[in-house]
Amino acid sequence: MLRQSHSLPGLIAALLVMLLAISGAILSVDPALERLHNTATATGQLNVGQLAGRVANHFPGVEQIQRTASGTVIVYYNKNGQAGAETVDPLTGESLAPYATSAFTRWVKELHRSMFLGTPGHGASGVGALFMLMLSVSGALLLARRLGGWRNLLRPLRGTFSQRWHAEVGRLALLGLLLSALSGLYMSATTFGFIADGSQSEPAFPAHVSTGPTLPVATLQALQATDLNDLRELVYPSPGNPHDVFSLRTAQGDGYVDQASGALLSYQAHDSMHNLYEWIYQLHTGEGLWWLGLPLGLCALCVPLMSVTGILLWWRRRKAGPNIRHNSPAHSADSVILVGSENNSTWGFAKTLHDALHQSGHQVHSAAMNNWVGDYRKAQRVFILTATHGDGDAPASASQFLARLAKTGLKPGLPFAVLGLGDRQFAQFCQYAHQVQDAMLQAGGSPLLGLETVNRQSSQEFARWGHALGEVLGQDLVLVHTPQQPRTHQLQLTERIAYGEQVNAPTHILRFKACGELPGFLAGDLVGIVPPGSPIPRFYSLASGSRDGVLEICVRKHNGGMCSQFLHGLNIGALIEAFIQPNPQFRPASGAHPVILIGAGTGIGPLAGFIRNNKARHPMHLYWGGRNPTSDFLYEPELNQYLSDRRLTALRAAFSQVQDRCYVQDRLIGDALTLRRLIEKGAQVLVCGSREMAKGVIQALDEVLAPLNLSVLTLKAQGRYREDVY
Amino acid sequence: MKKIIATTCLAGAIALPGLAQAREVTLTTQLKDYSGNDAYLAIYVTDANGQYQKTLWVAGKKAKYYKHLSDWARGSGMNPSEFDGVSGASVGSGRTLKVSVELADTLIDAGYQIRIDSAVEDKRDARADVSAPLTSKGAGQPATGSTYVESFTYDL
Repeated sequence: MLRQSHSLPGLIAALLVMLLAISGAILSVDPALERLHNTATATGQLNVGQLAGRVANHFPGVEQIQRTASGTVIVYYNKNGQAGAETVDPLTGESLAPYATSAFTRWVKELHRSMFLGTPGHGASGVGALFMLMLSVSGALLLARRLGGWRNLLRPLRGTFSQRWHAEVGRLALLGLLLSALSGLYMSATTFGFIADGSQSEPAFPAHVSTGPTLPVATLQALQATDLNDLRELVYPSPGNPHDVFSLRTAQGDGYVDQASGALLSYQAHDSMHNLYEWIYQLHTGEGLWWLGLPLGLCALCVPLMSVTGILLWWRRRKAGPNIRHNSPAHSADSVILVGSENNSTWGFAKTLHDALHQSGHQVHSAAMNNWVGDYRKAQRVFILTATHGDGDAPASASQFLARLAKTGLKPGLPFAVLGLGDRQFAQFCQYAHQVQDAMLQAGGSPLLGLETVNRQSSQEFARWGHALGEVLGQDLVLVHTPQQPRTHQLQLTERIAYGEQVNAPTHILRFKACGELPGFLAGDLVGIVPPGSPIPRFYSLASGSRDGVLEICVRKHNGGMCSQFLHGLNIGALIEAFIQPNPQFRPASGAHPVILIGAGTGIGPLAGFIRNNKARHPMHLYWGGRNPTSDFLYEPELNQYLSDRRLTALRAAFSQVQDRCYVQDRLIGDALTLRRLIEKGAQVLVCGSREMAKGVIQALDEVLAPLNLSVLTLKAQGRYREDVY
Repeated sequence: MKKIIATTCLAGAIALPGLAQAREVTLTTQLKDYSGNDAYLAIYVTDANGQYQKTLWVAGKKAKYYKHLSDWARGSGMNPSEFDGVSGASVGSGRTLKVSVELADTLIDAGYQIRIDSAVEDKRDARADVSAPLTSKGAGQPATGSTYVESFTYDL
């Protein structure tokens, strides 16, 4: 619901909001430009009488003096029957330049206010402000939900490029956009008279004015009593009319000034509605508040970016949406698939399962988890595929599932299987799937399989789950789901360095060159390689960036590993098909903070790549575990080179098949003091290797961090602990 | 009761000749090509001393900007009854405003003037942009404006 209330207005009003934002951003520069070109005076430095006296020396025919909110002083005068206007230096009264509003600014202003459409255009701008307000509020609510509450609002963001940028930029611009939208809405409401605009009736024209000789303007007492910074406008009396008076408008109120006595007549102070209007007007336009106008303009500039990424995100969600054929009704299906999805990507997996079950003769019903009815009369099994949203919360299509399940209960002993889909970068990986698993157990269901998880839409893990499921069901279940295969590039193997043959862990460092130009990538990104005979790509962490001129990976041969065997068997000069999957989360953060690199086995690949690119010589500490230094010390010569040229600060290797066997976890515990010092200096931890090793590393580091009252979970939440595990 | 009705009829009879002595005047105001938004104009009659007498036409619909037509605003007190039925849209740069209004014969050739105050957003206000004597001889003679008005003509 919340999501729709964000995307629907976004889609409807994207163009309108972009137009308002871009024009607003252009206008926001004006107050700063104006401020650059005028002379500022301190309060108490100059009064209006002094200014009028100086102006009179240069402009005998002065009719009106104006001071804009940004401090420009404009003199309107009449010379030989022709009207003129000039900006003047308030300190001398001398002309600075002829005054004219720029045609471009006027054009943009009119575009911003009414799109040259008169009253309907004014209305459209107001509606645009309303949309902006709705989008800001619903966007903030969504962001808070995604990050697990308001107190986490400043936490690092994860997700695809569009997701991250949409949220990151939105978070930066939120306050500015709220301010602009609210103030714009207020101004629009005053234009249409929905809210009083605080305009007051003019002060009554004085009934009596002095008849004596007129005094020089500089000596008029009411003008001397008014600070220049408070002046809005001074209108001179008609020349030669002794009964006329000056009109004086100031920041505080309006009145008339007797040209003979210098007294302030019929003064009327501004009321609070008037002051409110002026204040909001200033907040919206930045007039006189150039330091506010510029950041507001920057915030507005974020709107086009958010509109474009927002539409992209919506389109992707829509494309991934449910499109299930042969969907049996809930009451007649023998197999029920329930889907918990935030952005629809889980539906692709559900569809694959649905089709596979349908093909093997089942009556399958697929629905969102929120559509749970409890009354599945013919159901013999229930599959629940669910993502997790934010800090362990239910995704959109499952928000009511647990409540509904608690209400309806479950057919006793109904077999079920839960598959969690998520991203291990999140601290609460597949947390909601765990909750669902527990709830189903508690409701009396009997698990077909334990809870399984799929990390980052891994086709391999999903296929593995299907295989296990097939065994339980006593039938072959081949689940091939490849979420959007990108365009592949042809690569040629140019170099191979072999390690680990003697310790039963044959590992190759493989270097490829592109047949044309290499696609862009950085160390830590993933390369997807599709082995002949399987549609499912396997992913390897990249040990080089495209700037290095080669694509380098580190691959250990696994028994029965289709792709690793294929790669190990490649001849120099052979060609493969591959594509890049960016992995921007797994990368050293920019800045001079120390980096702790932890890996085992082939996990060293991307870590070696990071060290190679450490041209700024930031402190980098590598903890790495292998088997035997004489056989599988991967990258040994390179690492020694990096140590000597200080790209690597310290190398702490551990070997498990030597006399004093030691694992990388032991090294971490042994170095606890050093590690604590590094963490206190703001160090970032990057871990690459097998899941087992990653678990051990978390345990060891929790032990190391305990005296600091820190844990890996807190580091993860701060974005300082990142994993690439497989 | 009868007496009251009779008095009312009598008052009407006296007033009627006054109405009969009014005539239709066509006011043609041609604006200059200035760069700016549409102009607000107040066309009104003053005595020889510039004292406000009567509003002929107000161009511009938002009353909150009327204070920029300052002499007229002072004279009329911006009282809506002063311009009731004689107001219309603001006038764009280079455009011509042509309106017909009722004018009492007693104001012609009696030392009165027609004046125009004008104002444009973010630009100067112009008091007495035009000031032309209201005479039978002056009818059809274009008067020149000082600020936004290029020329002003009244046809009796």
